Amino acid sequence: MDTREKDIEKLKDYKYGFTTDIENIKAPKGLNEDVIKFISNIKKEPQWMLEFRLKAYERLKLLKEPNWQKPKYPKIDYQDLYYYSAPKSMKDKPKSLDELDPKLLETYKKLGIPLQEQARLNGIAVDAVFDSVSVATTFKGELTKHGIIFCSMSEAIQKHPELVKKYLGTVIPVTDHFFATLNSAVFTDGSFVYIPKGVKCPMELSTYFRINASQTGQFERTLIIADEGSYVSYLEGCTAPMRDENQLHAANVELIALDDAEIKYSTVQNWYPGDENGKGGIYNFVTKRGLCKGKNSKISWTQVETGSAITWKYPSCILKGDNSIGEFYSIAITNNHQKADTGTKMIHLGKNTKSKIISKGISAGFSDMTYRGLVDINSKAKNSSNYTQCDSLLMGNKCGAHTVPYIKNKNFDSNIAHEATTSKISEDQLHYCQQRGLNPEEAVGLIVNGFCKEVLQQLPMEFAVEAQKLVGISLEGSVG
Amino acid sequence: MNEQLQLDFDKIIKTLKIPEKEIQLKKSFLKKFIENGFPNRKQEDWKFLDISQIIKKNIGELTFFNDYSLPNKIDPSIFVDGLEHNKIIFINGRIEKIDFSYEDQSQIEINDEIGKNIKFDYENSLIDLNNAFTNKVYKILIKKNYSLKKPLIIYHSTNNKINSKNVNLSLNFELEENSCLRLIDYFSDNTDKNFVNILYNFNLKKYSILKNYKLDKFRNNNLKYSFNNIEQDDNSISETFILSAGSDYFKNEVNCNLNGEYSSAFINGVFSLKENQQHEIRSTINHLVENTKSYQLIKSVLGKNSKSAYQGRIFVDSKAQKTDGYQLSKAILLDETSEFNAKPELEIYADDVKCSHGSASGSLNENSIFYLMSRGLNYQQSKELLINGFLLDVVEKITDSEIRNLVKNIIGLKE
Repeated sequence: MDTREKDIEKLKDYKYGFTTDIENIKAPKGLNEDVIKFISNIKKEPQWMLEFRLKAYERLKLLKEPNWQKPKYPKIDYQDLYYYSAPKSMKDKPKSLDELDPKLLETYKKLGIPLQEQARLNGIAVDAVFDSVSVATTFKGELTKHGIIFCSMSEAIQKHPELVKKYLGTVIPVTDHFFATLNSAVFTDGSFVYIPKGVKCPMELSTYFRINASQTGQFERTLIIADEGSYVSYLEGCTAPMRDENQLHAANVELIALDDAEIKYSTVQNWYPGDENGKGGIYNFVTKRGLCKGKNSKISWTQVETGSAITWKYPSCILKGDNSIGEFYSIAITNNHQKADTGTKMIHLGKNTKSKIISKGISAGFSDMTYRGLVDINSKAKNSSNYTQCDSLLMGNKCGAHTVPYIKNKNFDSNIAHEATTSKISEDQLHYCQQRGLNPEEAVGLIVNGFCKEVLQQLPMEFAVEAQKLVGISLEGSVG
Repeated sequence: MNEQLQLDFDKIIKTLKIPEKEIQLKKSFLKKFIENGFPNRKQEDWKFLDISQIIKKNIGELTFFNDYSLPNKIDPSIFVDGLEHNKIIFINGRIEKIDFSYEDQSQIEINDEIGKNIKFDYENSLIDLNNAFTNKVYKILIKKNYSLKKPLIIYHSTNNKINSKNVNLSLNFELEENSCLRLIDYFSDNTDKNFVNILYNFNLKKYSILKNYKLDKFRNNNLKYSFNNIEQDDNSISETFILSAGSDYFKNEVNCNLNGEYSSAFINGVFSLKENQQHEIRSTINHLVENTKSYQLIKSVLGKNSKSAYQGRIFVDSKAQKTDGYQLSKAILLDETSEFNAKPELEIYADDVKCSHGSASGSLNENSIFYLMSRGLNYQQSKELLINGFLLDVVEKITDSEIRNLVKNIIGLKE
């Protein structure tokens, strides 16, 4: 084996597949009222929070797991999961980074996010969620100066109950669909961001999610509120160790943009996708929804989805305020036996609302990729417009690429345009690149990056570089 | 409703003289229909327009009994003028006349298919209803190398002698090698509030050509459902044109299986809707082998309180390399109460394919209207001219010039 092959061999492996031996505190296995009370209790939550959870649990009992999605999966036994798992040393939360369990810091270093250095150098504020609880939030001082609240959800429940109480569950109510409601009942931690009136957040905020313990589900809940005239850019990254079993990740993310506010939410999702034979991997069933509540508000979702055995999510925008804007940029790559059913929903309620959807799907190996989206222009949403473009690229004839857009136009003043194409990398393009001295893998990487360019441009600098690499790595071994 | 179904079914069986075997078959279809009932919005294919609700609202309770042993009077005033044609006349749920007088009789075979209901591997309770209640299924076979000299028009008609609120028609066509059939479905309704359920099966052998034009133009209060299943062998061509404008409700489904190489399918449709009309086209094209092609173009003009839906699905099997599949739907919404829904779907398992779909909807372009008005037209004229051009685009796709002119006259399009 020459060096290049070795390199590829190395790259093929999931580099975040290690586990960390840390003592964990777990809730008893299974899902019932006691477990919910246990979670609420261990997090020292106020009564209203517990009521919120129990209400969701009551509702959950009436709901059935949906099964209309394209990727089918074996039935999940919800009683065979741990709903709470936390590193033991977190029981009494460390006050500063120095008090953190060194092993934890080590883990994050391996993931490429040395928290301490990050605090000093990058100027990106990071909140890291390990299994179920948030372990550290960097850069607090600088943020506090601007009045920005960036902390873990549990901390927010303790310290800013009025904000949490006011906004939690307003975009994704407890009565939503099965997975969202499950999350409302058992969510453990996540990030909370509040940007006060007129403040432009001076740095990118970032969260890193990590599932470590086995047989646990990760249920984080993120809530971002951008008050009038504010701006925030938020990044999210995810990894998990390699395990044979499938693990469930059912997060809820709620965004609320008030008058003239803008939220930019970027995700690089690289959960463990399972091995080449489709064994193991994360089930990524996430509910992300943004509400453009105020006038002239804007929410923009950017996602690079390369990991997970099954990705099933539709980051959505509800354009309620007049003149509000919703955007969705997505790259989804599936290889081997990965499956994805992803897209977005743009619901136009206010006047002069605009939305734009750019989706790029790439499938290789034995994978299956579906874009599913909804554009719904309400009869009151005068003079609104939507533009959708979804392109798919297929590599080989063992994989599938599907497009299922739902278009509903109830307003005669509004325009909807939708385009979709499916193609493969042409022999001419490959030939041209190889003639210029690139090997086939590099050529494919270059062409795919070009195919994704419109989306990669939307990512903040630091993420764009990582995402570009990720795109290349995800497709290694899929050519020839 | 189920009691009524059973009662009417027993009555029909009594009046019809059919063998026991067929009665049993019909009974099994009825049983299946009773189990499933009318489709509703919970089923993905019926998401946009819920037929069970529409029947309830527009008709109320359906009744099913007609005495099929008695003939109906044929009213020649419904016939299309200025175009020589063969006829099949279908009145009140009964085929009254099959007339191929322009053709060489030895080249066409017409069989009454007893005990052979059309079966598909497809979940659809309306097909079960059809199979349970059609009084006779005819099979029409066009022999090898024969092209019909004149088009065949099927007249779908009802008159005030009708007893039931539901009629069903089922026909089976087979086009042998290198044959050609031009088929027009022509709807003229003289009664209100019936539910018409039509099922066609086409079997296209090598090099055969089918052209099917469905013309529902005259305003009526009936609800209609039509299902075309088309099986295509090597090098065969099917062309379907749908003018969906007359009925209160009309859903056209076309399921096309491209089983042979170099076969191609074309589906073009025009919705021109006004008060309270709700129409839908749902097409499924299955590309199952290499080198097949499909093209679809659907355009809607939607007036007050009207609603149109287009669900188009292109499926490409992993064997079906070198497929071309194109789909385009456009809609003009004329009123704030009009609504357009679309679900253009691609399901692709092969990599060397060219597939695309597009969908656009909106109001008439103000700039274009301004342009025309600045040339001396008034607002209304400008609007009409733009709509004319918008729809003409689809009508021009009709490959048969005689029929193209007929359709233009029916819609009232100017060149």
